[in-house]
Amino acid sequence: MSPILEARGLDYTYDDGTAALAGVNFRLFPGETVALLGANGSGKTTFVLRLVGLLEGAGEVVVGGVQLTRKTAALIRSKVGIVFQDSDEQLFMPSVLEDIAFGPRNLGQSQEQALKTARQSLEMIRLSHLADRAPYHLSAGEKRRVALAGVLAMSPEVVILDEPTTFLDPPSLRDLIDLLGRLPQAKILITHDIAFAKALAPRACFFERGRIVAEGKTHDIVRQFQWEL
Amino acid sequence: MHYIVLDRLSRQSSYLHGLDARCKIAALILFLVAVATTLPLGAGAVVGYAFLLAAGVLLARLPPAWMLTRSAAVLPFTMAFATMSVVTGNIQHAVTLVAKSYLSSFAVLLVVASTPLPALLDGFGRLGVPVILVTVIQFLYRYLFVITDEARRMWLAAQLRGSALSRQPRSEKVAAAAGSLAVLFARSLEKAESIHLAMTARGFSGRMPALVHPRATAGDALFLLALAALLWLVRFRLGGT
Repeated sequence: MSPILEARGLDYTYDDGTAALAGVNFRLFPGETVALLGANGSGKTTFVLRLVGLLEGAGEVVVGGVQLTRKTAALIRSKVGIVFQDSDEQLFMPSVLEDIAFGPRNLGQSQEQALKTARQSLEMIRLSHLADRAPYHLSAGEKRRVALAGVLAMSPEVVILDEPTTFLDPPSLRDLIDLLGRLPQAKILITHDIAFAKALAPRACFFERGRIVAEGKTHDIVRQFQWEL
Repeated sequence: MHYIVLDRLSRQSSYLHGLDARCKIAALILFLVAVATTLPLGAGAVVGYAFLLAAGVLLARLPPAWMLTRSAAVLPFTMAFATMSVVTGNIQHAVTLVAKSYLSSFAVLLVVASTPLPALLDGFGRLGVPVILVTVIQFLYRYLFVITDEARRMWLAAQLRGSALSRQPRSEKVAAAAGSLAVLFARSLEKAESIHLAMTARGFSGRMPALVHPRATAGDALFLLALAALLWLVRFRLGGT
């Protein structure tokens, strides 16, 4: 089986000269869920921003047979959706429904179609009753799920979630695990929550100083790096 | 998360809430023009305009006491100018100034409290207000709460570390406050960059996509006509020339 997403030799250096990524190679297969583990500042978030061309540097990214270039960046971003760590930054439209319809409209869907897609996404995450609510009236768990719906509305082939468990209470976390478990897309989870990673991701990669220094079964990686309380 | 009274009120259900935002904006403009051009503003006209506003409060099922007190927010500013008029011996002008500003403020609050901000901004956009302006207001409103929460957290953190008990000289306190403001600005800037990244990740290319808008109905037109007739009555029959 060929990978849905492949990164080869990804580099990234910040303006101040700090090397955030140094030759990262990575493969993700259709339907697979991979956890990215590692200390804060080890390059995990930079890596996923490089995957969709939000940061530029040396190396190669191929998604579904399409190579990432400036010209194909928009197409790649429709194939790879990112749910950012702070949902407030992702929910910028005045109402939940409009926010979810933002991506489909940018993909060229008609107004009616975009709203229909948005409603379907809301149904998928079981939050249809929040359609007309303003995002700042939602709880942290609801915001996270709405942010995910905004990404799912673009029908991506890969979903990336950056620290999705932050600020979530146990019931919200359970709901999120249940929801993600039902998604057919390939997923990349950046997380410090080992129980969450173990529940969803059979495979994990461990980042250290901008490199993937180990990858394998999540249980083994956690044990190898003593990455649990 | 704070519960915003105005936002809660604007999402209630009532006859006035159900009207098209453009209709309410047009009604507001009519009202403001009528009030501004009523010269002199006699007691009859004041009562007439107040009656219309009271009817609006009833139709929108808004809390009268809250409306009365919130509308007074504009008074300190107006009173400064009214005081100048009193000093120069023009008491009639001072009274007119206060009455007109209070009536206008009440009318604006009535529309804002009976129309959710997204619908109101959509209405302004469809009435020809530049998209960029509407978008900026939309973002300002959306992130005002986030930045306010951020500022509140910083203030709490300072309080918890004894800033209220501090016996520092005033100059040092001012310097600390200025530093906090700078931090808040830097964080806001950082947030703006993150929001832009999130928008770009979802296909944003510099233009906000439009969505389906509600349609104005015959009921909206009837409301506007009735209000125009009543305003004409108050403006030309009860007061002014």
